[in-house]
Amino acid sequence: MDGSLGLIARLPALQVDWGTLVSVNLPTLLFVVLGVPLALVGYILGTDVLVRRLPKRSQPSVRPWVWVGPAILFVGLILVYPMVGTIVRSFFDRHGDKFVGLDNFRLMLTDNGVLIALRNNVYWLVLYTGLVLTFGLLLAFLADRVRYEKTVKTLIFMPMAISFVAMAVIWQFVYYYRPSDVPQTGTLNGILVNIFHGQPITWIQDTRFNNFALILIGVWGATGFAMVILSAALKGIPAELLEAARVDGANELTIFRRVILPLMMPTIVVVGTTMVIFALKAFDVVYVMTAGNYNTDILARRMYAELYSAGNNANASALAVILLLAVVPVLIFNLRQFRAVEERR
Amino acid sequence: MRRLTRLLAAMAIVVLGVTACGTSNQASGKIGGTVHILGTWTGGEKDSFDAVMKPFTDQTGIKISFEATRDLDAILQTKIAAGNPPDVTGAPGIGTLIKLARAGKLPTLDDKLDVSALNANYGADWINLGKIDGKLYTLYAWASLKGLVWYDPKAFTAKGYQVPKTWDALITLQDKIKADGGKPWCVALESQASSGWPGSDWVKEIVLSQSGSTVYDSWWQGKTKWTSSEIKQAWTTWGKVLGTGDANVYGGAQYMVATTFGDGGQGLFTSPPKCYMFNQGSFITSFFDGYTPKPTAGTDYAVFALPDVNPANAGAHVVSGDAFVMTKDTPQSRALLKYLATAEAQDIWVKRGGGKIAINKQVSLSDYPDAISKSLAQVVVDTKIARYDAGDLMPSDMGKAYWGAVLKFVQNQGQLDAILADLDKTQVAAYAAP
Repeated sequence: MDGSLGLIARLPALQVDWGTLVSVNLPTLLFVVLGVPLALVGYILGTDVLVRRLPKRSQPSVRPWVWVGPAILFVGLILVYPMVGTIVRSFFDRHGDKFVGLDNFRLMLTDNGVLIALRNNVYWLVLYTGLVLTFGLLLAFLADRVRYEKTVKTLIFMPMAISFVAMAVIWQFVYYYRPSDVPQTGTLNGILVNIFHGQPITWIQDTRFNNFALILIGVWGATGFAMVILSAALKGIPAELLEAARVDGANELTIFRRVILPLMMPTIVVVGTTMVIFALKAFDVVYVMTAGNYNTDILARRMYAELYSAGNNANASALAVILLLAVVPVLIFNLRQFRAVEERR
Repeated sequence: MRRLTRLLAAMAIVVLGVTACGTSNQASGKIGGTVHILGTWTGGEKDSFDAVMKPFTDQTGIKISFEATRDLDAILQTKIAAGNPPDVTGAPGIGTLIKLARAGKLPTLDDKLDVSALNANYGADWINLGKIDGKLYTLYAWASLKGLVWYDPKAFTAKGYQVPKTWDALITLQDKIKADGGKPWCVALESQASSGWPGSDWVKEIVLSQSGSTVYDSWWQGKTKWTSSEIKQAWTTWGKVLGTGDANVYGGAQYMVATTFGDGGQGLFTSPPKCYMFNQGSFITSFFDGYTPKPTAGTDYAVFALPDVNPANAGAHVVSGDAFVMTKDTPQSRALLKYLATAEAQDIWVKRGGGKIAINKQVSLSDYPDAISKSLAQVVVDTKIARYDAGDLMPSDMGKAYWGAVLKFVQNQGQLDAILADLDKTQVAAYAAP
């Protein structure tokens, strides 16, 4: 079992000397814990005094802006400004001083590695979203019918609380490979060899399986999230409606297909689009498990590599823009649906 | 009002008292304060580093704030870009450091270290390895040696195998082991985000020993192409070690890519042995120590240096080491680097084991904990041509592509030409950067 212990010891995590950190950073800590709330309260009270000095009629139209102002400022500063900067950079060379038009995009979209990453992102998009929704819906539906619903839901939701890096370590044990002449210690290969008498498989390295093996980790992590939201929507369906259907002689499957599913559709769409965005943003699992080797690369990891390993702002920005373009339609669709659900309440 | 004045006066006294304490500290020769170090050591290595730091804190009153990361390049560049660099950085590779030094982000050490003491205590090669464009930026404290073949002397004796002195003898030994029904080699390439690097060690060792230091230097500097005959020859030479379809390696390609580098030596110690030889740097003994049952140095394992491929380059070795740079010029960081250059500091880690070899010549050979580390220290002393690990000298994206190429190569040696052509493409892009 030395191998598995070694894996833990080599966790790519930050190890921080907390004692020294706290003693060194105590002033900063105090500033954040006490200063920030003080500043916020001060801002709200201070601006309200100012607003009250305005003529009565214009107060209602000014006050919302005063309150939403800081939020707009921060979103502008840390979201909009960098986004615009990234888009601009994607049209310049890697030093950022020569306009090169679409060259960065052309370079990236003809690169073999990027094409494989694009293909894998499609895998993630379809399989990850599909499986999370299917399992989430199934579990929400089944859990609704048992007495120990809370326990089941808590257990299934648990992986959501684990960081992706820790998840990857857990799954490394599941996918662990040892040659066929020694006993298997990995869960999957143990089952494969001992019960089905097959040959052990290198799940993470074998290009026939590895993308699916990685996606499964992501699915395991997000199913609980989908289940909880879908379950809330399921419970929102009035019992009279279901009873009426039963009285009319519909069986459970028909009720599910004709009554429950249509009523839950808006929620399913919202969860689905959120998963699509998660799939496009996927990074950690691939970074930790394979670093993009063995044809498992995805766009976000390649972007990270372009930025930090190659120090190539131009290529990294171009990839970021490609990802952004892929996400925007989903984002708009998601917002519309979300609004529709809100309105129906 | 009077009470308030008194209160303020009392506070002032307290504050002054505190300051006074600070000055009295300095008067006794202590610098005080804190030095922030960014490094990669965790677990046992971190314990050893702490042990090295303890006398330093006792002597100077400087506290250590240590942050460890396995993704040092990214963290360091982000910290520097954010204007929040650590004071001192201890890096296992120097590709990023070269980039930072050239961009003017690092202070030079020529005027901050005691250079005459350094010249007296350090081999010229090790000082030169720390220079970038003629200026001293990097201080090496400990070396580790690459291109070492580990074996079980009992298994060798049982089968009547001899330690090969020449490359041809190594190939003959391989064939003999195979003829006896054994597997000559264990190779383990898995290392998470850096998977493949152990294979890159094979190739670079062969390049240096086969084609010499001139080719080696021009190769890592990006002037010799990967598709050149010298570099291609190094890959095919390694391919012959691995055998057609990796037939000379226990478990074949599957085992190579799926096995963590530190676990690669386990096959040496099974009965019967899964393999007879395992090529890995001197640090690997710290992983051997974690095996169950724990093998004993000397009786369960011994080591020989990979034979010279071309006798014209005899005594050539690829080395690497813990490189320290000053990322922020403070009195504390100057004191720390001066301390790390001393035999006193380096001796602490040497005695604790873990394959560390001191670079300061004042560290006595008798301080090494066992015969094997002593013999390795002797190899470092005897090395005629020392070259730093090429993968660490290359720009980071070139180095990563090199590791990825290793993984592709072991899975299908027939792809070599396509793999090298891809590496050439990366080379063009990687070296075009500032």
